[in-house]
Amino acid sequence: MQRTPFILRNPSVLALIAVLAVFTAAVTAASAAYGTGLLPTSMIKVLGKTLCLALAAVAMDLVWGYLGILSLGQMAFFALGGYMIGQWLMYARTESIVAASMAANPIPPTPAELQEGVAGQIFGVVGSTDLPWAWTFAHSLPAQLALVVLVPGLLALVFGWLAFRSRVNGVYLSILTQAMTLALALWLFQNDSGFRGNNGLSGLQNIPGLEDVGQARLSVWFLWASALALAVGYALAAWLMGGKFGSVTRAIRDDETRVRFLGYPVEGFKLAVFTIAAMITAIAGALYYPQAGIINPAELAPVASIYLAVWVAIGGRGRLYGAVIGAVVVSLLSSWFTGGRAPDLNFAGLRMAWVDWWQVALGLTFVLVTLFAPKGIAGLFDILNRKAKS
Amino acid sequence: MSALLEVRGISKTFDGFKAINDLSFSIGQAELRAVIGPNGAGKTTFMDIVTGKTTPDEGEVLWGPESRSLLKMNEAQIARAGVGRKFQRPTVFEDQSVADNLTMALRADRNPFAVLRWRPSHDSEGRVAELAAEVGLSDQLPRKAGELSHGQKQWLEIGMLLAQEPQLLLVDEPAAGMTLAERELTTTLLCRLAETRAVVVVEHDMDFVRRLNCRVTVLHQGSVLAEGSLDHVTRNPEVIEVYLGR
Repeated sequence: MQRTPFILRNPSVLALIAVLAVFTAAVTAASAAYGTGLLPTSMIKVLGKTLCLALAAVAMDLVWGYLGILSLGQMAFFALGGYMIGQWLMYARTESIVAASMAANPIPPTPAELQEGVAGQIFGVVGSTDLPWAWTFAHSLPAQLALVVLVPGLLALVFGWLAFRSRVNGVYLSILTQAMTLALALWLFQNDSGFRGNNGLSGLQNIPGLEDVGQARLSVWFLWASALALAVGYALAAWLMGGKFGSVTRAIRDDETRVRFLGYPVEGFKLAVFTIAAMITAIAGALYYPQAGIINPAELAPVASIYLAVWVAIGGRGRLYGAVIGAVVVSLLSSWFTGGRAPDLNFAGLRMAWVDWWQVALGLTFVLVTLFAPKGIAGLFDILNRKAKS
Repeated sequence: MSALLEVRGISKTFDGFKAINDLSFSIGQAELRAVIGPNGAGKTTFMDIVTGKTTPDEGEVLWGPESRSLLKMNEAQIARAGVGRKFQRPTVFEDQSVADNLTMALRADRNPFAVLRWRPSHDSEGRVAELAAEVGLSDQLPRKAGELSHGQKQWLEIGMLLAQEPQLLLVDEPAAGMTLAERELTTTLLCRLAETRAVVVVEHDMDFVRRLNCRVTVLHQGSVLAEGSLDHVTRNPEVIEVYLGR
């Protein structure tokens, strides 16, 4: 029997690639660096960041929509990915600056002096001049790129192993995931954690070695990279969930006891999906923060992960395109409404500023969607399909 | 004939209530056995212990020709060793197609990485078609399991059990919610299955047990009260008193 090719079994992969291609081409044509300059660089960065958030939402959908674990700590992996790439960005850039200033010295600096100088520059703000152990590989881009997936992957693996092995489920597991991200945030907030406490890592928009390129072009490059990562991540997720592995994953979501009696090691499957999702999220984060320019422990606040869950719920969980739609629509709307550009509403002399009311509106939407449209925005496609058939 | 499953002196107490009390039970390689008993006799706890859902406070559960202890294994390992369980309420994965349900149950490597690499083959598709035919769901393969009738779901679950190819089948109240015709088919199927493997049927319905025409074990207050043919146990005055007399 002839098997239907992957792309035909998953038409949404092709649709997403097409939409992303058109979108990136249009944005590139409207950029200042490569086109008309209709879109300011800051807007291109917002769009690039949105694509990264969409990738994080796809991973969230794997964990929540397909595996059934409402993880409220996904942004911990996202931020860790950002911290890992941020270490190299900050170190390499500081190193070139320090080296340049030391070049004027009559005696060239030794590597140890150079490192000391870099450490003093980076950690002076938290009153330290030593390079913490966590920065051992910060000078090496390949090492930090590997750590982008390894550190969050290992965290997910250890956390998941402990939690799944004890068969913690449902709301208790959600609380545990939230505790994980909160604990990590509190640790990072400390000045002696080795990650510059609440200052976080900054200047990440400056890519070492690409100083001459300029932000206008860099922003477009990052948009391309984010679009590519989203396409690859989406295809990977669709492939994972398309076969028997996806079948078992969804079965665990619906009745994990029954899956055990079929002989499947449920914990192993949970661990695999949770860890893969953490790694995808970390890659999204590693692309996001160079566009944001700064990362600090506030990014790991539980509320960030809750937002991610809200996007996936509003977009429609349990299908990957729902997660993408939710993340893009809700995060762009959020930045518009909280950006102060949305016109205020007037009710009989009562002024209502969106900046203050957006959170309330979003929360209300979340409740309404959960109650009345559990399939979210993606549920509209079902209605269209049914209409097309009849 | 050596026993396939041997349960020796198991006890289990829940909050002071003795659900299982020094129960011993054994079943041969190819045998049909009905387990009956009033509510609270320990039937479900017995099945939970054999399948690894509950750990007994004392006693042994030995499996297979090598008499491996099942107590150190988890549910999934026991299922892979060859114990299949059919729940009272049909539990199929309603969100997925009949074919996907059967494919998941097919005997194959259960390791996540092996599952990830698994691709449907001629063999697997043939086997799914064969199983569907056996339980009368041939023309329902692409449908979602949730759209099936109650009886069809029961059949699908039986099909999934067959796909697992267990050596021991534990069946909880198979006749519940079935029509008379469906019961007939179920009886025939269970008797046929018992020719090649051990089948333990837990049942309330006496008529159904009579149709199975097999050895009967009567449980009461967590231990075996009587064992033998249905006629034999129904003549036992103790059995009449605790179970049939009411």
